[in-house]
Amino acid sequence: MGIEGIGARVARKEDKRFITGAGRYVDDMVVPGMKHAAFVRSPHAHAQIKGIDVEAARAMPGVIDVLVGKQIKADGIGNLICGWMVHSKDGSPMKMGAWSPLAVDRVRYVGDAVAIVVAETKGQARDAAEAVEVDYAELDAVTEAPAALEGGAPQLHPEAEGNLIFDWGLGDEAATDTALASAAHTVELEIVNNRLVPNAMEPRAALGHYNKAEDHYTCWTTSQNPHVARLVMSAFYNVAPENKLRVIAPDVGGGFGSKIYIYPEEIVCLWASKKTGVPVKWVADRTESFLTDAHGRDHHTKVKMGFDADHRIVGLKVDTIANLGAYMSLFSSATPTYLYATLLSGQYDIPAIYGNVRAVYTNTAPVDAYRGAGRPEATYVLERTMETAARQLGVSPAELRRKNFVKSFPHQTPVIMNYDTGDFAASLDAALKEADYAGFEKRREEAKGRGKLRGIGMSCYIEACGIAPSAAVGSLGAGVGLWESAEVRVNAVGTIEVLTGSHSHGQGHETTFAQLVSQRLGVGIDTINIVHGDTDKVQMGMGTYGSRSGAVGMSAIVKALDKVEAKAKKIAAHLMEADEGDIVIENGELKVAGTDKTVPWFQLALAAYTAHNLPQGMEPGLKETAFYDPTNFTFPAGCYICEVEIDPDTGRTEIVQFVAADDFGNIINPMIVEGQVHGGVAQGIGQALLEGTRYDETTGQLITASFMDYTMPRADDLPSFRISTQTTPCPGNPLGIKGCGEAGAIGSPPAVINAITDAIGTNELTMPATPQKVWAALRSATRH
Amino acid sequence: MSDVSMVVNGRKVTGNVEDRTLLVQYLRENLGLTGTHVGCDTSQCGACVVHLDGKAIKSCSILAVQASGSEVTTIEGLAPDADLHPMQAAFKEHHGLQCGFCTPGMIMTAVDMVRRHPGGLDEKTVRNDLEGNICRCTGYHNIVKSVLAGAEAMSGKTETKAA
Amino acid sequence: MYQTTYHRASSLEDAAKLHAGGDDPKFVAGGMTLIPAMKTRLSAPSDLIDLRHIDGMKGIRISGQQVEIGALTTHADLAQSKELEKACHSLHYMANHVGDPLVRHLGTMGGCVANNDPAQDYPAALLALDATIITTSREMKADDFFTGLFETALEEGEIVKAVRFTAPDQCGYEKFRNPASRYAMTGVFVAKGAGGVRVAVTGAGDNGVYRETEMEEKLAANFSADALEGVTVSPSNMMSDIHASAEYRANLVVVMAKRAVAKAAGH
Repeated sequence: MGIEGIGARVARKEDKRFITGAGRYVDDMVVPGMKHAAFVRSPHAHAQIKGIDVEAARAMPGVIDVLVGKQIKADGIGNLICGWMVHSKDGSPMKMGAWSPLAVDRVRYVGDAVAIVVAETKGQARDAAEAVEVDYAELDAVTEAPAALEGGAPQLHPEAEGNLIFDWGLGDEAATDTALASAAHTVELEIVNNRLVPNAMEPRAALGHYNKAEDHYTCWTTSQNPHVARLVMSAFYNVAPENKLRVIAPDVGGGFGSKIYIYPEEIVCLWASKKTGVPVKWVADRTESFLTDAHGRDHHTKVKMGFDADHRIVGLKVDTIANLGAYMSLFSSATPTYLYATLLSGQYDIPAIYGNVRAVYTNTAPVDAYRGAGRPEATYVLERTMETAARQLGVSPAELRRKNFVKSFPHQTPVIMNYDTGDFAASLDAALKEADYAGFEKRREEAKGRGKLRGIGMSCYIEACGIAPSAAVGSLGAGVGLWESAEVRVNAVGTIEVLTGSHSHGQGHETTFAQLVSQRLGVGIDTINIVHGDTDKVQMGMGTYGSRSGAVGMSAIVKALDKVEAKAKKIAAHLMEADEGDIVIENGELKVAGTDKTVPWFQLALAAYTAHNLPQGMEPGLKETAFYDPTNFTFPAGCYICEVEIDPDTGRTEIVQFVAADDFGNIINPMIVEGQVHGGVAQGIGQALLEGTRYDETTGQLITASFMDYTMPRADDLPSFRISTQTTPCPGNPLGIKGCGEAGAIGSPPAVINAITDAIGTNELTMPATPQKVWAALRSATRH
Repeated sequence: MSDVSMVVNGRKVTGNVEDRTLLVQYLRENLGLTGTHVGCDTSQCGACVVHLDGKAIKSCSILAVQASGSEVTTIEGLAPDADLHPMQAAFKEHHGLQCGFCTPGMIMTAVDMVRRHPGGLDEKTVRNDLEGNICRCTGYHNIVKSVLAGAEAMSGKTETKAA
Repeated sequence: MYQTTYHRASSLEDAAKLHAGGDDPKFVAGGMTLIPAMKTRLSAPSDLIDLRHIDGMKGIRISGQQVEIGALTTHADLAQSKELEKACHSLHYMANHVGDPLVRHLGTMGGCVANNDPAQDYPAALLALDATIITTSREMKADDFFTGLFETALEEGEIVKAVRFTAPDQCGYEKFRNPASRYAMTGVFVAKGAGGVRVAVTGAGDNGVYRETEMEEKLAANFSADALEGVTVSPSNMMSDIHASAEYRANLVVVMAKRAVAKAAGH
């Protein structure tokens, strides 16, 4: 490894602009003539729109226009769609209700967009938005998924009878039932996975600019995948043909999944720009983000796990109700199905598994993938059950897990996934050692002396990322392929540009991708630029989510580099009159192995572009494109151990130690990987301890619509984390990478709750384990 | 509308703005200093922290007219005579940022924190004093590390090497 | 934010004149509560009268046991005052834990007192310290000043100039913060002085800051946490929200009171 190559802790190239205030986010963009938009949003969770009077608003100072749903419909702009088809057990396709970018005759959640006001200033737009008079006839609302399935519940969409979108199953139900019936021990739990609001610190924003002279649209948007945005807006929403639409996602201030989806606002801003003749910018305030960003999780699950007399798992049956909110967001159907039930085998060898998932409409914000997406839900179900089983069986939680680990690879689970490699015991052992698991009882006693309840809990997770083999996901219903693209351009002076379809929203691609090129070509990372986030610059790509940018995005770069190197070697061999097979690339030079003959990169590049002396028939230039389609998912896995102390008087939990031991395969930049683990664990602890989204069950109002009521993890809520990695290289991609972006959020919640329930001696506790809930749990435990 | 006049990053600026204009809006929209960000509506996230007359404040919670007559330093003006302020360099060296959105506010708060604690900082103090700044990416682990390192560098005890 | 008209008052007289000329005017000092409320359009004063630049309303004056704090003194000023720490360590501690360090640079004692947010810290201190609130037209005891949720005895146009109290012999403050907003979900200030023991609670009562008289009696007899053993607080007059039920708050009042007393005794 060179100082800037693979495995080096290189400080990030992109940091300079962020630490000096020179980052450029959508809200920083200014276009001549740009005006400002405010959306009129439904204050009701469910209502008929009987009429909209925009005249008073239109007359307000600075107002350019007020546009409503009937107009967008009349202009042929299409409804928003879910791009992943899921079929119910009976073979029927999922029941997708219509989602107009501006509601036409009905609103289905608080925040549903009804009209857009375009004005000279943001303040004027907001003033006028308040003056738009919408005549609503309120309807009953339902916010909880189990309630939405009950007879007599308010009905959201005529397409989905009983609010049921699909009733889907995975695995062999009969075999699972048989296994459970003959089990020596069974463990049953009811589990709620709490709804979360992603809360990237940069609120969503869109700037739409229609250029009439060119009949061309440009959209600056907060997106993790600008090409997918362009594709969807062209192919499905009829905003403009792809060649007439440029989507730019500049610096993106965090996403965690919430910026994958195409939302109404970017569509409406583009359309409104054409209607009004001015560029239209909209920036969400935080409450709009709370109301309208796709939320995460929100599962109600019943689980039953069976063990034989030797404590080996014989079967697992899971029944989940997933709340998808008022409309189906872009990948909402995949999250609680193919990203969830396929992971129900966890790290364990389980012969029979059956998962049933019912997806349900409610009068709440749409729910889609949020960091981990389905896998945290699966891990929470499994790891709460395993810890509970160990307690009920009276055995060590660590040893119960170890006994059931998958130990040989490849391993075919009963739920689609084929684990390629791993060493689960290695991470378990590393975590046990780092956490001093053996010494815990002593610490518990010591804490008791101080009046504190101390507990320890663990979680062994596996996830599937490196998303995903296109044909496989296509066969499961995906509307797109999930390959990635790269173009490596060696400029005529030897500097390098890499155009990638991945798009960083904080992950440091400009550094890690450059490290790969530096490693391969032996040139400094300062001579390498990573270009991303602009559909006019970069070839079609699929974007960043599902921990795929390393495993898939970088594999595409490897493929493009292979082609560049092959051509460069041909040219070098020609220039040095050597055999192509004897050319090696080292330290920024092409050498004839075993001789002192060399051509530096810049000279070779120049030769490629001057084309004065190239091999017979060779095209000039040195730039290659590659598309990489993965052959399998990748399977990061690890073990997390959390230790807590609880103040029994107040119920307040303090995390006194958090240990993470992860296997991410090979690592490009350990510093960046550690950062991903820190952030993921913080979000997982947030879910377990702090973050709970609450709708009023009667009115459907979002009670936690700002940071005043939604508890974001702050610095003093968290400890410093003790993390390590164990490595089994992924055999499925050229770099051996598994991915690291989501692991922390996937593995940590059950570790935290297992620790708290250990401390308080009762298993009756839902996330988030707020002081009030822990206090109440302790009280009811002492009463019984 | 009111006239406002202040010294921003050492430069005298004047303007005429709606009275309801927040200082952060004035900095971003009138002066083009977009390094100061807006991440919430309830004065909690701290993405907008600037120094007003030498003290860290939330520029989303004060009107531009209220700040008229004051001296303001934003992230863009933190290191007028150097490539990077030692606190900026520490954030880079210790990977104290990911998406970068909260970072300017974090750095402005951190520099102020060092000023308020002349006796030095420890992890607990840093975590407590970051109460007014929210980050969603880093889990704060490396922010805490960066602030401690930046404080050391500001005291002249150690040099941070990133530039 | 709705449109508003800003005025910078040069003196208290000027402020009064500006107030009289306004349609629906409001005074602003640090603005740490008012400006956010205006941003979310929950508050919409026609005129905003800025008191921050009025001379003579800032500072801490301590003479013997008498402590007087100017209304425009910021939380940061209080938090940094060694003299205040000596005279009343719990108020000093409180000032160090109001809001966050950034808010403390602008927020003022007077603003907090006049706003009387039920989750604000200072009302508990002033009530427990039997403080006097000095306004442009009169002096009032804290007992008479704080009248309910966001309600005070202040008349239209009346401005808080300062607060004054006698430093207690012993005092302690403990609060349990709302995990999201970080305001006091329950805060208890205990003070023991010449006039006896006073216990004031903020963040919990459904009518704002109030005194726990039963605790006061027990502590008057025995100023130790043990004296509160077995004392319960009825949830019937407690606030209730998603973060804390009335029952939970009632529990927190007792727990925080015990800890505040222990702190006072241990100082």
